[in-house]
Amino acid sequence: MKNYRFIWANKGLIHKTLMAASLGSLLALGSVSSAQEPVRIAFMDPLSGTFASIGNSGLKQLQFAADYYYNTKGGILGGRMIEILPLDNKQSPNETQLQFRRAVSEEIRIIFQGNSSAVANTLNQTIARHNRRNPGQEVLQINYSAVDPILTEDNCSFWHFRFDAHAVMKLNILTDYIADNPDIKSMYIIGQDYSFGQVVSDTTIRLLKEKRPDIEIVGNEFHPIGQVKDFTPYVTKIVSSGADAVITGNFGADMVSLARSIIDSGLDIPIYTFYAAYDGITATLGEDGKNRIRLIHNGFANPLPTEARKQFNRDFKLKNPNNDVTQPRILNALQMVVRAMEETQSTDPYDIALALEDMRFTTISDEEIWMRADDHQIFQSLNISVHTDEGIEFDADNSGFGLFSEYHVPLEETVVETSCQMTRPRR
Amino acid sequence: MLEVLIFATLNGLVTGFLLFMLASGLTLIFSMMGVLNFAHASFYMLGAYAAYSLSLYFGFWTGLIFAPLIVGALGAVVERYGLRRVHQSGHVAELVFTFGLAFLIEEAVQFFWGRDTKNYQTPELLDFALFTLLGQEFSAYRGFMIAISIGIFIALYYVLTKSRVGIIIQAAITHPQTVANLGHNVPLIFMGVFGVGTALAGLAGVIAGPVLTTFPGMATVLGSIVFVIVVIGGLGSLAGAFIASLLIGLLQSYAIASDVGMPDLLNLLGVSFDRSHPLNDLWTISLPQIAPLLPFLLLVLVLIFRPTGLMGKREE
Repeated sequence: MKNYRFIWANKGLIHKTLMAASLGSLLALGSVSSAQEPVRIAFMDPLSGTFASIGNSGLKQLQFAADYYYNTKGGILGGRMIEILPLDNKQSPNETQLQFRRAVSEEIRIIFQGNSSAVANTLNQTIARHNRRNPGQEVLQINYSAVDPILTEDNCSFWHFRFDAHAVMKLNILTDYIADNPDIKSMYIIGQDYSFGQVVSDTTIRLLKEKRPDIEIVGNEFHPIGQVKDFTPYVTKIVSSGADAVITGNFGADMVSLARSIIDSGLDIPIYTFYAAYDGITATLGEDGKNRIRLIHNGFANPLPTEARKQFNRDFKLKNPNNDVTQPRILNALQMVVRAMEETQSTDPYDIALALEDMRFTTISDEEIWMRADDHQIFQSLNISVHTDEGIEFDADNSGFGLFSEYHVPLEETVVETSCQMTRPRR
Repeated sequence: MLEVLIFATLNGLVTGFLLFMLASGLTLIFSMMGVLNFAHASFYMLGAYAAYSLSLYFGFWTGLIFAPLIVGALGAVVERYGLRRVHQSGHVAELVFTFGLAFLIEEAVQFFWGRDTKNYQTPELLDFALFTLLGQEFSAYRGFMIAISIGIFIALYYVLTKSRVGIIIQAAITHPQTVANLGHNVPLIFMGVFGVGTALAGLAGVIAGPVLTTFPGMATVLGSIVFVIVVIGGLGSLAGAFIASLLIGLLQSYAIASDVGMPDLLNLLGVSFDRSHPLNDLWTISLPQIAPLLPFLLLVLVLIFRPTGLMGKREE
């Protein structure tokens, strides 16, 4: 017995020595490339809870874009890799502040965030305060999806850049489209009871009054965000109001439930939305939603304009068979930030911000997009697409259904004025 | 206006009955074991996801029968090997156990099924309008939901009051020692009740999944409201849970259907406020806007004026 033990102990020793040796060589290898420290970027969105699916889908797209364009091609700034750090803010402003502290303690200088304008507003203010108090350690907010106009108007900040068209820009185009439809005589507005939902409601009423004063607003309803179990009671009101169309800014589960309830009630009217696609929504709506649901969005739907964009979709799908490229603006944002870094040969948020201002960038869809310096708002063409299974080369949720572009508006026509009075920090 | 009233009532009944299916299990478990099962809504979610997976291969009806059985069996296992052990350490330990279990189930569901919304559809057999009233359809599936819920209520009522098992259960609630002395296996009864309670939650998930959408947040959305019902109805009272479920279902439905709000109240009082008033948000609030919050308001009122709940017998 004793002998055995001795042999085993010895074997353990050999093991340990081997391990140490290999670890040592690994470390040695590491030190060669550690001169090339990675560029770290935080991705702060809900990765758990009610809206987790949207957050996780965005994370996959950012991660894929970073690997696809940079990490597998030798990195950026002469060989540095991009490292994405996911931070779960549970879509709560409180949690966002905690996660921001964590990002700061990990010395992260760039934060991607998109879901919920309430969260984006909190982050915007938190970053502004942090940057004022900690010169030299500033943080940059890359907003890829929060569309409350206030972020590039009254609350605009030098440290915030938005890569999605804001709600008023989108509604401007959407109401043009609605105004062109003579069949629509009345409109029902329903939305989540928070800043973005309120903006959609107020702006729709204002713009429709200008463009089509004959359209009657027969309903203007708010419901608590993520709290409604069953939308049928709301749909009952929509039906009895006799509305010819519904417009909503709902997203996530609130969007699916609302659309399903409308379809189940047998109501056959168009539904105009911002977010009624992908992450399970398209599959759930399926045949019932065909030709009834329309989305206003930037970036392109079917048919995709270039081979590069198509290949990007295909390769993403190979890596993530259960997800789709839902937000090509994430890729645009990353590419523009990287270009700003390359141009300035710096990862300092101040340098990046200056380089981003007034940048004109050609995307993989072969479209030139423009970051306005006045308010840090991106401008690019906008599309209105319909939920259908005809002419769909790239479907959503592997369902055969997807978005087909019906209405295209070039960059120049999407430009709106801004009330932003930006204070630029001095260096 | 009439059709709004009728449909609001029907919608309220659908929600109310659905809530009852959840609350009945919760209140039964509480009255027997003195455990507030925080993971109850998670079993509801599990039921929906299990039925979704079964429906992909065997169709909706197989899911309807087997998903609640699976969930119930799982519930029984949880009671037998989890709760029963924790029970010795007292109520706080039990609470913490079910609380942790809720997180565990939610994360496990997201791990196995993913985080996106599942395409769980109503069966084709029920894919028609039961009736059309003044331009509005009432889907057959909703009628089916009501029918199932009423069936469950009657069955539960019959079993608990008329059958031998029910008599033993009722006795075990108040006098567990005596029941055990009479030769009945009380731990087995507890396990059965927990299993049936979770199976009911699972069944609620199965029939709610297609209409209320099957997604990772479904337990959170319904979880809090079920506790509200159990407290309003009176902890441990089945009849109280029934009344409270319908009350809350109808209350929410009517509140959403209504078109009144603070502006109307102010008009009635002859007061008016400027839009720039600092409390403008408060003066312009409308009843539909706060409808989903009304149950919690009711909870506070009940706790103030009748702490035992509507039908509660418990007195401290």
